[in-house]
This record gives sequence, C-alpha cells and structure tokens, in this order.
Amino acid sequence: MNFDLSDEQKMLAEQANGLLAERSPPDRLRQLIDAGAEWDEPLWRELAEMGFLGAAIPEQFGGVGMTRLDLAVISEELGRANAALPFFSSIVLAAEAIMLAGSEEQKARWLPALASGDTIATFAYAEGPGGWTADVLTAQVRDGVLDGQKGPVADAGIASLAIVLAHDGSGQPTLGLVSLDHPGVTRTKLASFDQLRAHYELRFDGVPFEPLAAAPADEVLAKLFDLAAVQAAFEAVGGADACLKMARDYAMDRQIFGRPLAGYQAIKHKLADIFVAIELARSSAFYAAWAATYGEEELPAAAAAARLSATGAFEQAARENIQVHGGIGYTFEANCHFYYRRERTLATAIGNREVWANRLIDSFLTQNANVAEVA
Amino acid sequence: MDFTDSPEEAAFRTEARNWLNANAPAHELPRGVTLDDADEVARGTAWQRRLAEAGYAGILLPQALGGRGGTIMEAVVFGEEEARFNLPKGPYIIIGLSMALPVIAKHGTPEQIERFAAATLLGDLTWCQLFSEPAAGSDLAAVRTRAVKDGDDWVVNGQKVWSSWAHLSDWGILIARTDPSLPKHKGLSFFVVDMKTPGIDVRPIRQISGASDFNETFFTDVRIPDSCRIGAVGEGWACAMTVLTGERLNQGGSDNGEGIGGLIHYAARTPRGRGTALDSEAVRLSLAMAYAEEQAERHFQSRMRTMVSRGENPGAMAAVVKLAFASRYQKTAGLAMELREMAGIAHRPEEADTARIWYDYIWSTALRIAGGADEVLRNQISERVLGMPGDIRADKNVPFDQL
Ligand SMILES: Cc1cc2nc3c(=O)[nH]c(=O)nc-3n(C[C@H](O)[C@H](O)[C@H](O)COP(=O)(O)OP(=O)(O)OC[C@H]3O[C@@H](n4cnc5c(N)ncnc54)[C@H](O)[C@@H]3O)c2cc1C
Repeated sequence: MNFDLSDEQKMLAEQANGLLAERSPPDRLRQLIDAGAEWDEPLWRELAEMGFLGAAIPEQFGGVGMTRLDLAVISEELGRANAALPFFSSIVLAAEAIMLAGSEEQKARWLPALASGDTIATFAYAEGPGGWTADVLTAQVRDGVLDGQKGPVADAGIASLAIVLAHDGSGQPTLGLVSLDHPGVTRTKLASFDQLRAHYELRFDGVPFEPLAAAPADEVLAKLFDLAAVQAAFEAVGGADACLKMARDYAMDRQIFGRPLAGYQAIKHKLADIFVAIELARSSAFYAAWAATYGEEELPAAAAAARLSATGAFEQAARENIQVHGGIGYTFEANCHFYYRRERTLATAIGNREVWANRLIDSFLTQNANVAEVA
Repeated sequence: MDFTDSPEEAAFRTEARNWLNANAPAHELPRGVTLDDADEVARGTAWQRRLAEAGYAGILLPQALGGRGGTIMEAVVFGEEEARFNLPKGPYIIIGLSMALPVIAKHGTPEQIERFAAATLLGDLTWCQLFSEPAAGSDLAAVRTRAVKDGDDWVVNGQKVWSSWAHLSDWGILIARTDPSLPKHKGLSFFVVDMKTPGIDVRPIRQISGASDFNETFFTDVRIPDSCRIGAVGEGWACAMTVLTGERLNQGGSDNGEGIGGLIHYAARTPRGRGTALDSEAVRLSLAMAYAEEQAERHFQSRMRTMVSRGENPGAMAAVVKLAFASRYQKTAGLAMELREMAGIAHRPEEADTARIWYDYIWSTALRIAGGADEVLRNQISERVLGMPGDIRADKNVPFDQL
C-alpha cells in the first residue's frame, strides 16, 4: 500500500502554491473586490500557461493528460489561496461534463478552448431551492430549443458557454451546450455571498440547445457531481488548512494576560480538533480521488464521504478562525472573511449536506446490496 | 497512490490467511458468552503459544529476541487477517507484547532479555502494567510509590490503581520513585516484578461495566531484587515513554462490531410506519455523518501506515487516530441505542446484539480516558504538531519532596 501523493504530485502542489501565493495574495483579493471584478483574469491566463486548467484533459484535446488526482492537487491549492477564478465552473464541472458525455466532435470543439482558458464555461443545474430532479425542473427543451430560467449559476457573467440541465417534455432530464452570447439569453446578476464568485440568473427564450448525448443525462449528472465532489473536497481541505494556519499564527503572536493566546487550552484544543477534522477529511479526499481515478465502483460512496467530511472541516475552521482573531477577525483588512464566505459557497454548490448524506446512504446500500440480503 | 498489496505483501497475506484459516477457528472465543476471567487468560496464552510456535508472535521483534524480525507491513497484514477471527487478545497478552517486551528489549540487560523475551512470546508469562496511582494518571510522573534500596533489593511501598488483569498476571511492569529529592520526572526508576512476591495485595475494583478486570494493587515492603530493575536508576521516565509509545501505536482504528455499515443495514431492515427507519431524513443524516467519519479514520490509518512503512515517525499523528476513534466509537454506540428506540435500553436476555451495543457504549468511556485521555491528546497535537506552547507547569524543576 502507498497512500500518499507521488513526488510529482507534491511538486505540482508546490508549483501551484508558489504561483498562487505570489499572484493571489489577500491584498490582491481585496483589490478585486473593491474593483467589483468577477475574476482574476491575468491569473487565469497564467494558470492556463502552466497547464493547470487542462491538467486532467486528454492530450489529444489540448490538455496535459494527467489524472483527476493531479487535478485535485490543484484544487487544494486554489482552496488554500481562495482564488477568484472560474475553475470549478469551467474545468471541474463543464469540461468534465463534456469529457463524460460529449461526442468526439463536441470534445474536439470545446475541450481545447477550455484547457487554454480562452473559453470559459459554466454549469447551470439549479433552479432555486427544491432540488434539480427532472420532475421539478421548469427549463425545457423542445425541438432543439431551450426555454426557461436557471439560477443561481456561478461565473455566468464571464462565461460564454453553459452546460444546461433541462427536461425534454417527457419527464426525462437532458444536458446540453448553450451559447450564452445568443440574443435569447438574459443574464441578471445576483447579490452573491461570496464576494469573489459572482452568480447570475439566466433566462432562455428560444435558445439553441445542443444535447450532450453520449449517455443518459441522469447518469452523467450523478457521475459528474461525484467527480466534482472530490475536487470540492480538496478545495475545502485547502481552505480549512489556510484557516488553521492563520488562526495558529495569530494566536502565537497575540499576547493576552501576559502570555501568548496560543498557550491557552481553550485555543489549543480548538485548533487540535480542527487539525484532526482536516486530516481526516484529507484522508477521505485522497481515497475519493483515488476512486475517481481508478476505482469506479467505490466512487459514489467515497466521494460523498469525502464531501461531507471536508465540508464539515472547512465549516469548523472558517468559523473558529474568525473567533480566534477576535475583533480583528471582523474587519475587511484581516483575511478570515474570504474563507468564511467561500466556505458557504462550497458547502452549497453541487448539493448541500442533506443531498450528500442521501447520496452516501444510497450508494452504500447499492455497493453492499448483497450484504443486506444476507442480514 | 496505490491500495493494492505489493507482490511480497500479497504473498505474505496469502500465507497468513492460510495459516490462520487452519489454526484460528479452534481458538476463537464463543460470541455472546461471558467467560470466566481465568478461562479467558488460559485461552489467550494458548493462542499466543500457537502463534509463537508458528513464528507469528512478535512479528516486529528481532529474531535474536525470538521474534520474526519482520516488516511493519507484515505486522499490519497479519493483524488485519488475525482480526477476522474473534481471538482472545486482551490486555493480559497485549501488555506483555506491546509494553513489557519493547521496554525490556530497549533498556534491559542481555540476561533480562534472555529471561523474559521468549517466555513472554510463548504466552508463558502474562503481564500487567503498574503505572497509575490515585494521584498520578495523566500526570504519570507524579507517582508516589517509593522504592528504597536495601542491600541487593529494592523495598517498595505504595499503591497502584486501575491495574488491568493484575489479578491474573504473572509479572508486572512498575514505575516507582527512587529519589524524591529530584524534580518529579528525574527521580523515577523502572522495575519488573513477580506478582507472587509477598506484600503485593491485588484487590478487584467494580467497574461501570459490571466486570472487575482492573484492580487496586497495594505494595507493602515488597522486595524486588536489583536484577529486576530495567535501565539505570533514575531512568524510569525514559522507560515509561518507551512503553507509552508502544501503547499509542497499538490503539484505535477498529471496533469489533460491524461499525456504521451494520447500523445502516439495521435501519434499512427496521420497520417504521409504512417504510423503514432509513426513510427518515434525520436518521439518514446522522448515519451518513457517522459513516463518513468512520471511513475517514480508516483512510487516515492508511496514510499513517504508509509513513511508518517508509520509516518515518508518525509521532503525535498517532494521537489523531486515538482521539478520533474513541469519541466516534462512543457516538456510534449511542446512536445504535437511539435507533432501537425503547428496545435500545431494555432487551430480552437472548438479544446479544443489543447487549453488545451496551458493552460498546460503556467501554467507549474507558477508551476516552485510558492510554492518553482526550484532553491530553489535544495538548499533544497542539504542542507537537501545531507547535503551540506547553501548558504552564507549577511543579516544573521543583524537587518532588518540596511540592
Ligand atoms: C479501563 C481502564 C484500564 C486501565 N488500565 C490501566 C493499567 O492496566 N495500568 C495502569 O497503570 N493504568 C491503567 N489505567 C489508567 C489510565 O492510564 C488512567 O486512567 C489515565 O492515565 C488517566 O488518568 P486518571 O484516571 O488519573 O485521570 P486524570 O489524569 O485525573 O484525568 C481526569 C480528567 O482530566 C483531564 N486532564 C488530565 N490532564 C490534563 C491537562 N493537562 N489538561 C487538561 N485536562 C487534563 C483528563 O483528560 C480527564 O478528562 C486504566 C484506565 C482505565 C479506564
């Protein structure tokens, strides 16, 4: 057994970490917020040049052809830096959807543009609260044309392409490519809790819809979200780790009643618990990334478990980080708030705790169906 | 990243599995039956002898000491395969193998190794741990039991407590104060003691489980020959640390039940209304969270094993497993009781499942205390991993007799 990243993966992490620490420090994030920017465009270009965007896209489609585990290493670093990039929308969701379900022609048309960063895509599945099963979807495709409303959709202000989940009139879900530059698309910007990730409502009035047809949409969607959950888990672990380090460093410096705040057990034990939560979550994320790469059958349960653990760890770390900082933590000048906001975004994107708890239980039962019959 | 056995590991696993399939079933404890303590120890030593004869006792111990001289991965693989059977491996065996042997091997003389190693491996000697005292638990270095040199002997007086299985052990590992004029960690020495020595009085303590497998152990003018001192005079703390490191690496990770998976199946077949208990969103959420935590521990252990097999010292990372496991074990058993509703707190005599859950719920409290209490582990993690300052110690550098 060798349950660790390879030396190459560790180097990849270092590379990504170095770039992001230099180009996307907290002051840069504050600058972007003040400028009302929806992303860090120059940073996106640099990531593309380093091959990070196309890491898991096959070489024949303009990518680097590495595994999803390698992509996860990058996701963790993006989480640590709290980067303002459409990586999750464009790479983790849209590019992966095309890889899973696109025709060869669709892959050849879109993947190179996504890997190079020239095209930004997003993934439109939600229609407000109430889930996204076919029976509740209102967005509808008829004769190759999409009508209806989707939202919130992340990064839809900067994306030119969307993969949209709709129903086909007969109660079946369908996934397809939609150009957001078509005149029948209306984009309305929403107030976004995460100041570094914009969300939009999209209206479609008679917009051409090109199905991704290599597999039934519900199967594609389930697999896609499992894979995305793995990346989200790494991103959350990265964010949680950044919070823990920040809280620890602050507590070491801060003098209270004549000694460092870090010397008080209330703080030591709080941070020890967060460390445990992070390392447990990281372990499950490793396993899920391994399953995403090599172990199809284990993926659904492994992804759900990693998702739940990582979300919990980030939640705890983001909240307690502000707490340890005291009043400073409540200021825009301190860096805690980026993570406090991003954490909620990650915790709700691609399904909240309830969704993933159900996914975990259901996939556990499927995976162990024979055991249940014996018992 | 690779979860499959290497060819050598796979070969060893096959070998271990074949041997265990042929030998273990005859030694398994009957499930759901409480054995008499002496009977259990006899079965434990018999299994230990069988292991030793086949060369599977002390896999990590050097061959010179009668061990196998194997790798950590071999020990792990054998442990995994052995755990598939319900074998008698209580403290009466584990204390000898993972505490007494390492400390004797590291700090003992060649004569002491010769005298104790083989006999312990063969199950001929069982051991108890005589560390804790009424005023010294987490703060072990506060022990008051005194050992005073008298000719070639040490004369020991004092009281130990929580001594597991001391009533049925042949020998004990003992930490005692030999110089009270030194600060507390410095005045300690380490001994092995024959439990039949006159002056040792072992009295059972009634536990919350109903059983009495730990004891108070009183020492009144007990004479221990100097040849039973392990390590130099004053080296007791270093010896104790060797023991506790062995203890830590052995803990945590698996409960004997079916874990959360078993609970999910239980909920799926338990009628509730028109469906089953697993139709409830609340039940699903709590089971899913517990299952995620359980799996995470499993994967964390795989990471630790990877470190250990590369020769890296996981250090305080071992505390993570123990800390996470004990609380999760308690939560799981508590959840299992709640899921059963009123049947979780009162059962027919023959319902062994519920009885086992009760045992888990009670025993989990001990796991959160013994072998490094939760709070002590949190201190270790914050200090050794996160580099945060140690607690303020009022007794630091003060001679013990002036505290
Ligand atoms: C079932 C069982 C079997 C055992 N078997 C043996 C045995 O065979 N041999 C043996 O020698 N001992 C044995 N022990 C004893 C065990 O090692 C001690 O119980 C343990 O070290 C804790 O010590 P204590 O009981 O004195 O509790 P204390 O140390 O008094 O702890 C009480 C509480 O204080 C907390 N605490 C302690 N220190 C700190 C700190 N610095 N900061 C914050 N909180 C702190 C603890 O976490 C705990 O919650 C056994 C215990 C149990 C429960």
